[in-house]
Amino acid sequence: MSLATLELPDYHTQSPEVAARFKKIEQRPVVLTVRNLKKSFGAPGHEHVVFDHVSLDVHQREFVTIIGPSGCGKSTFIRIAAGLDEATDGEILLNGQPIHGPGPDRGMVFQGYTLFPWRTVKQNVMFGLQMQGKDNTSAEAEARQWLEMVGLSRFEESYPHELSGGMKQRVAIARALANNPQVLIMDEPFGALDAITRCKMQSYLLQIWKRVNVTILFITHDLDEAIYLSDRILVLGVNPGGAREYIENPVPRPRTPEQFLSPEFLALKARLDHLIHAPTSGDEEEDKLPMIKMTHVGDEVE
Amino acid sequence: MATRDWLGLKEELPHHRRLILTFISFVAPLLLWCVVSYVPWIWHPDMRITTPGDVDYFTEDMEVPRADFQRELEKVRAAGGTLPEGVRVNPVYLPAPHQVARAFYTAFTTEPRLDEPWLHQSLGHSIRTILWGFILSSIIGVPLGILCGTYRFFSRLQEPFIEFFRYLPAPAFGALCVAVLGIDDAPKVAIIFIGTFFQQVLVIGNTVRKVDPALIEAAQTLGARGWRLMTRVVIPASITDIYTDMRILLGWAWTYLIVAEVVGTMSGITFFINQQARYRSFDNVFAAIGMIGIIGFTSDIFLAWLGTILFPWKRQGRTRKSKAIPLSMVASQNRGEPNPSDASPLPPAAESGKTTEPETPASAMPSDALTKPTTP
Repeated sequence: MSLATLELPDYHTQSPEVAARFKKIEQRPVVLTVRNLKKSFGAPGHEHVVFDHVSLDVHQREFVTIIGPSGCGKSTFIRIAAGLDEATDGEILLNGQPIHGPGPDRGMVFQGYTLFPWRTVKQNVMFGLQMQGKDNTSAEAEARQWLEMVGLSRFEESYPHELSGGMKQRVAIARALANNPQVLIMDEPFGALDAITRCKMQSYLLQIWKRVNVTILFITHDLDEAIYLSDRILVLGVNPGGAREYIENPVPRPRTPEQFLSPEFLALKARLDHLIHAPTSGDEEEDKLPMIKMTHVGDEVE
Repeated sequence: MATRDWLGLKEELPHHRRLILTFISFVAPLLLWCVVSYVPWIWHPDMRITTPGDVDYFTEDMEVPRADFQRELEKVRAAGGTLPEGVRVNPVYLPAPHQVARAFYTAFTTEPRLDEPWLHQSLGHSIRTILWGFILSSIIGVPLGILCGTYRFFSRLQEPFIEFFRYLPAPAFGALCVAVLGIDDAPKVAIIFIGTFFQQVLVIGNTVRKVDPALIEAAQTLGARGWRLMTRVVIPASITDIYTDMRILLGWAWTYLIVAEVVGTMSGITFFINQQARYRSFDNVFAAIGMIGIIGFTSDIFLAWLGTILFPWKRQGRTRKSKAIPLSMVASQNRGEPNPSDASPLPPAAESGKTTEPETPASAMPSDALTKPTTP
C-alpha cells in the first residue's frame, strides 16, 4: 500500500490552531528576504542553471526547511544565504539590508563536523565571541551557558575527537548560537548521524529553538525530518531548477514523534513525495537498470 | 588476534609484534655485520702476518691480500725457507662491532693530535652549523610558506621561482659561498640554508593549502576575517602538520651537513672523520658516522615527544599515555583523520564506549539556560 492510496486529508487544510499560528507568524517582521535568486554555472549561452526565480520570505523565529532531490541546489542556495557563495542574479536581504559575504549575523551548522580540532569544546563555543572582541572571561561565561543549554557541560574541556557525532553537532549548534545570529542556517546537520541519534538531535533542536530568539533555515533530504521540524517547507526541483511550492505545514505544534502517523503528517508527506519524485520528461526509465540476469534460472530472491 | 596475518595490508600490528619487528630492524643489520666480522671463513679477504718467515717484504702485523700471501708462501716453500704465518682478517676499513663500540668511548677520551679539536668539540661545531642554517631558513621559510599556502597571491608570486631554484643543488653554490662569505662557518651555514629553505617554503605551502576549507568557512560564518582568519584558523589547523614537516626538513638539513663542512676550511664532524680515515682509525670513522645517526634519531624522538606536549588535541585518547611517534608512523597518524564524508554513522569514540550520547530526556533540558529574551 503506498501513501497515495490512503484516504488522506488535503494538506492545505489547517486546524484553527495551526491557522492562528501562521497568522501570528505573518505578523512578525520579515528577517530574511530572498528575491528572484538565480544560480548558474558556466559561460553565458552554455550555462547550466541550478535554480532560478527563487523567492522567499522568512519571518522572525520561523523554522523554514528547504527540501528537494539531489542536484536541486539546496546546498548552493543555503551557501549563498550564508555568504559563502555568490548568486548569479537576484538578492538576499537580511532585515532589509543586502548581505555581503559571510558574517556572524548568520550562524551556520555544516553537515561535516567543522569543530576546530585544536580547541576544546568550550574554546570552540568561545571562538565567535572572541572574534567579536569579547574578553575571555565573559566569552567563557557565555560559552558555559550555551554548553549547559545543549547538555554538554561535562565535556567542556574535551577535544572534539573525543566526542560522538551527535555531540559534535550539538557543540556546533552552541558555537553558532553563541554569536547571537539573526538566522541559524543548517545544511543537513544530522545527515551523517545514525537514525537513533538523528531522532534525538531533532528533538534537541526543537527544544533549543523554542528557547532562543533565532530564525532557522534548515536543509534536509529527509521528508520526515522536514515535516517534524518546520513551519514552512520550500520545495526545490530540478529540470528546470527552481521553487516548486512553498508549503505551510499543517501539523500542529508542539511536535512529538507520535505525529509521524497523524493524517496531516501523512498528507503533507504524500504531497512532498509527489513533488520530489514527480517524473519529469524522459526520466521514467531511469530507475530500471538494464541488467542481464546472472543467476540460475528459477533462483529468485523476490 | 594471535592468528591475525602478519602481512595484513594497512592494518596495525599488535603491540608485541611491533616491538619484535622494531628489535629485528636494528638487530638484523648488526647481526650481518657480526657474521662478516667474526666468522673467519666468511669474506676475510686479507691476511695479517703474524710471523714474516723468509718473505723479505713481510713484516709483523702487515696486512696483504690472501692471493699475494699464498703466492709468497708457495715461493718460500719451493725455496725451502721458513714459512710465513698469518691469520685471515677483514680489510682495515671494516672494523668489527666491538672495535667500533669501544671507539664510541675511546674517541671521546683520546687526546687529539696537534691542535685538532676533541671529538665533542667537532660534534658541537657540526650541531651549531646545522642549527644556524636551519633556524635562519625557518625564520624566513616558515612564514613565507604559510603565506604561500594561505594566499594565492603569494603562492603565484613566489612559488614558480622557488620551484626552479630548488633544483639547483646546494653544494653547487659552495665556491660562490666561499667567495662571498669567506672560509669559516658562514658559507657552511649558507649551504644548509640553501638546501633547506626552498624545500621548506614549498612543503609548508602545500601543507597549509591542505587545511580543510570547511574549517575556514565555519570560521567565516562565525565572524573571523582577514588576518585573524590566518592566525586563529589556518595556522592552528596546519600547525601539527607543519611541525611534522619541520622534523622531516631537519633530517634533510643533516644530509647537507657533510657537504657543507667540506666547503672552505673543513670543520666539525666531517673534519674528524676525514682525519681519522687518514690515520686509518676506521673504528673512529664508523663511530663518528654512527653518532650522527644517533644524534639525528634521538633528537627526532625528542621532537616527536615534544609534539605530544605542544599539541594535546593530537593525542588519541587522553587517558592513554601519550606516545611519541617516529616519522615512519606519522603518515598514518596525522593524515589519516576520518573525512566527514566517509565517517561511519557512529564515530569511533562512541563505538568503543569511551563516550556515549548522554541520555538526556526532553524534560532534562535546562530551562533556565535562556541567555536571550524571546521576543516574538
